[in-house]
Parts: sequence; C-alpha cells; structure tokens
Amino acid sequence: MDVKTIAPATKALRIRPLSPNIQIYRPQLTSVLSIANRMTGVVLSVGAIGLVIWLSAAAAGPEPYDIVQRVIGSWVGRLILFGCTFAFFLHLCGGIRHLVWDTVNGFDLWSIYISGWSVVAASVVLTIAAWAAGLSVSGWL
Amino acid sequence: MNRSSFRSPLGRAIGLGSAKSGSRRWLAERVTAVALVPLTLWLVASIIAHTGSDYTVFIAWLRTPFVAGGMILLLIALFHHTALGLQVVIEDYVHSVAKFAAVIAIQFCCYGLAVFGIIATLRVAFGG
Repeated sequence: MDVKTIAPATKALRIRPLSPNIQIYRPQLTSVLSIANRMTGVVLSVGAIGLVIWLSAAAAGPEPYDIVQRVIGSWVGRLILFGCTFAFFLHLCGGIRHLVWDTVNGFDLWSIYISGWSVVAASVVLTIAAWAAGLSVSGWL
Repeated sequence: MNRSSFRSPLGRAIGLGSAKSGSRRWLAERVTAVALVPLTLWLVASIIAHTGSDYTVFIAWLRTPFVAGGMILLLIALFHHTALGLQVVIEDYVHSVAKFAAVIAIQFCCYGLAVFGIIATLRVAFGG
C-alpha cells in the first residue's frame, strides 16, 4: 500500500524513512538469523527441485540416474550439496526455534541469544557430522 | 485528519485485512514444518546411508512401501511448506501487479513439482 492511500490529501507529503533502516543499522544475531531463515528457505526451494530431478532420473532408468549421480558427485555438485546441507540444518534448527516461539516461550533477551547461538552451533556441527558420515559410508574417510 | 472522501476510516480499512483466512495458512505452515522435521531428517540419513551405492540398490530401497510412502508424504509436506513460505517472501517484497503473477507461478511450480515427484516415486514403486 502506498503512502497516499493511508494519509490522503495532505499538502506537503514527505516520504519518511521506514524502519528498519538497514543502511545504518548494526546487524545483530537476531536480525541476521531472521534473514538467514528466509534465505535458506529460498535456497532449499531450489534444492527441492533437485530432489524431484533426482527422483525423476531414478524413475527414468539407470542411464539418466547415472548422469545425475555424476553431476552430484562432481566438485561443483558437492559444493552445492554442502551448501544445501548447511542451509537445511540452519532452516531446520531455526524452524524449531520458531516453533518454540509459537508456544509463547523464549522471548526474553537472554533466551533469544542462547537459542540463536545454539542454532548456529547446531547447524555447523550437524552439517559437519552429516558430511563426515556420508564420506565414511562411501569410503572416503 | 483532512479527509478527501466521505468514506469513514473504518470503511476504507474493511476488506484490506486477512479476510479471515490468514490463520489457516499460518497454521498450515506450522503443521507442515512439524511433519518435515522427522521426514527430512529421515531423507538426509537415507541419502547418507546410500552414498556411493549403485542404481539397483537405490531402486530396491525406494520401492519398498515404507520408503515410497515416506517419500510421497515428504513431497506433499515439502512443497506445501515451500509454496506457503515463498508466497510470504513474495508478498513482503513485491508490491506491484507482478505480485499476483509471482504468487500464481509459485503455486503452479510447487504443486507441479510435487506431482512430478510423486509420479516418479510411484513409477519406481510399481514399475517392472
């Protein structure tokens, strides 16, 4: 909705700055994680397309499946998969944090920062653990 | 306040809100989120367990009823959650006619992809 529909017919209508003024705003953990939850959601939406391509290739037969597996197994594929893994765990942990908030708990400043840093730490640990497990299953470690 | 029309402030505001359907979407986003916690963890664990395994092993895994069913449930929850989430992102940042086109495109893409994924899973499950 534009400003004119809210405050019509004022003579000198100034466009006032809207909050948050992100150019001069020092980022905090709370705002960074909020944005990160959104961004990882968008990244995972693209990852979901990858899941459908993977399943479709499996349904199409051994040759298409091999092509997809080779793309995933390449260095670029692995890098993207690693990014998706971290995005997944960040969105998962951030999402659980949101579900706790939905029960109207954990809103005081101390809890917010404890849960926020827990999300960051858990995401890093789970991403590394998942890749260590995957690489050990495939015989790389 | 200097009014430009004879309509009351309340009259102008009515109809601009959620039209009493917002809470359903909000709840659906949470319900799908709760469903996705075990489903996605299961998917990630399964992918890790199948790292480096060949086509026949993977197909034999995917065609078991439990796995095929789990995959279909995952696809439904995943793309429902994705459609709801992306719609919120678009509604927050796009404020033109393009908003409606983008929201419609998101719905088509998400539910289209869900159907493709489910069909692929069923083809593996029931295929010869």
